[in-house]
Amino acid sequence: MSPFQVLRVAIRALLRNKLRSFLTTLGVIIGVSAVIAMVAIGEGAKARVAEAFASMGSNILIVLSGSTTAGGARGGFGSMPTLTWEDLKAIRAEASAVRYAAPQLRSNSPVVSEDQNWTTSINGTSPEYFQIRGWALASGSMLSQSDVDSGTKVVLLGQTVVAKLFGASADAVGQTVRIKNFPFQVVGVLASKGQSPMGHDYDDAVYMPHSTFQAKIQGGLQKFIPGSIIVSAASSDDVPRAERQIRNLLRDRHRVPVGADDDFSIRNLAEMASARQEGVETITTLLLAIAAVSLLVGGIGIMNIMLVSVTERTREIGIRMAVGARPRDVLAQFLVESLTLTAFGGVVGVPLGVLAANLLSTRFGWPVLLRMDIIVIAVAFSGVVGVAFGMYPAQKAARLDPIDALRFE
Amino acid sequence: MAGPLIEVEHIAKIYRMGEVEVHALRDVSLAIVEGESIAVMGPSGSGKSTLMNILGCLDRPSRGNYRLAGREVSQLDRNALARLRNRTLGFVFQNFNLLARTSALENVELPLLYAGLSGRERRARAREALARVGLGERAHHHPNQMSGGQQQRVAIARALVTRPQLIVADEPTGNLDSRTSVEIMALFQELGRNGITLLLVTHEADIARYAARVVVMRDGRVQSDQRQQPVEAVPAPEAEAGEAP
Ligand SMILES: Nc1ncnc2c1ncn2[C@@H]1O[C@H](COP(=O)(O)OP(=O)(O)OP(=O)(O)O)[C@@H](O)[C@H]1O
Ligand SMILES: [Mg+2]
Repeated sequence: MSPFQVLRVAIRALLRNKLRSFLTTLGVIIGVSAVIAMVAIGEGAKARVAEAFASMGSNILIVLSGSTTAGGARGGFGSMPTLTWEDLKAIRAEASAVRYAAPQLRSNSPVVSEDQNWTTSINGTSPEYFQIRGWALASGSMLSQSDVDSGTKVVLLGQTVVAKLFGASADAVGQTVRIKNFPFQVVGVLASKGQSPMGHDYDDAVYMPHSTFQAKIQGGLQKFIPGSIIVSAASSDDVPRAERQIRNLLRDRHRVPVGADDDFSIRNLAEMASARQEGVETITTLLLAIAAVSLLVGGIGIMNIMLVSVTERTREIGIRMAVGARPRDVLAQFLVESLTLTAFGGVVGVPLGVLAANLLSTRFGWPVLLRMDIIVIAVAFSGVVGVAFGMYPAQKAARLDPIDALRFE
Repeated sequence: MAGPLIEVEHIAKIYRMGEVEVHALRDVSLAIVEGESIAVMGPSGSGKSTLMNILGCLDRPSRGNYRLAGREVSQLDRNALARLRNRTLGFVFQNFNLLARTSALENVELPLLYAGLSGRERRARAREALARVGLGERAHHHPNQMSGGQQQRVAIARALVTRPQLIVADEPTGNLDSRTSVEIMALFQELGRNGITLLLVTHEADIARYAARVVVMRDGRVQSDQRQQPVEAVPAPEAEAGEAP
């Protein structure tokens, strides 16, 4: 029998029980579409995280006050500042693997323009900060060292703040905004950067010299930095060396005894990125596993129906054998039937999965990424399910003895 | 071909049902030459069907040798047996055993499907076989749209469509009235004239008259084996349909 004839016989047999065939294949349809939709969601999340971390830079370290142990935070970050301005200077001067270092002081406060008012994050820092982040200006000029030295009341605005205070396309440079009732002159507007991996809007921020920040927004002890230090290594390969140098330098400066915990902590963004990536990966795998299980259940449904079908059609099998069907002809017939069921499930399941993924992305704003290879794998896997679960019933049919099959009641 | 078409030597068939052994065939030896027509008779349970199933390659003997067309059948594997059933012989059953919800034409095509013929050739030969059994007009009828006699003729068309040397029929007229039975026997006699060997089981002496040789079975053995002058089967004209005993 040619493959085409086998297929024709299989399709005819399946069409005899249309509803049953459809319900059986429904399990596979759901399985395949679930696999595709789940993987699309997982891949979308992964892609978003990767993209966001790429925009953050891979060679950044953040030094925080307060210690951490392997178990997590102890005493909380920054609860007792331990980093000093002298530490910052020392890092700049002595850690050879460090290219830039800048303080990060942060507070939330309303920013007021002539007729608008927007509460955003107010950041005090130094010009190096923008080098570390790799952020560019959209218009105006950067903060300068002399702004820091003399505590000038100037600010850089992020795009979101500009939009909220002056309107989306307005040029804010030269305008005045008031923060805590002090007037600040807008010297520049930063280019748009989008969201951080944690969903934080980088454009929703105001930057000013840290000296100004301490004087007007939020004071603090003169000696200590009421925030953190952000550092960029000379290159991403230098990150571990920079981390080691900073650790040794600070332990030395803070006179931490050998064997005691650091009284500061260093966070590596690249490590955080990969940790988060791993988290997303785990969820993706989990989603895929659940979807794969549903495909498996679909396969079991097929096996069940094929077993019923073989029993119901025992006489037919006997008749076919009596006129010359070989065991392999009978095997092929039932195998192709279950394969047809799963293939149909795959063919219907793919567009359904794509549809589901798109629906999720438009309805819930989830990032989804449809991967062609996953679609192919899902269809192939459903085929494998068809063969795997169709094999036993088909073999059962093929092993029948013609005379026993003919006598079957 | 040298030697008989069928050569059976001391075959036995024993069914094991738990503790009990059923000796369906005890010791049967038989030689049948090509072109013979044989009626197998005997009381119920004497092993006629068992013998037919073995000769029709649907079943295997527990003991003994069976040579069909010079080949030792008991040594063959399932594929080779399927090939024999497909090419060398055709089986006709008492209960027709047609595929339900499948047209007469497709039922007749079935053996050709497994013989690997092309669609066009299958159809042509199936039509020819149906015409030969007088059902050329009913090619697209399904079994449930046909009388018993018509169904049996479809089954005979299916048996002869592969042009076999041998047709094995287990009570082919068992479910038919006597007029239809005569029609079927006339058909078989015509096949016999074309050189096909015919082996058929019947309970009715009337039917056995149409064969050239009568084998009577009893308790799993051949009780008698006699040649006779066959009576020619002449189907009654249409008008007298039905009632004759
Ligand atoms: N599959 C089987 N399992 C067990 N015993 C069987 C089986 N088939 C047949 N037999 C037994 O073998 C013996 C012969 O059966 P067989 O069907 O050959 O008889 P028969 O001559 O065809 O009878 P009938 O004229 O009623 O059709 C019987 O006693 C029957 O019970
Ligand atoms: Mg019988």
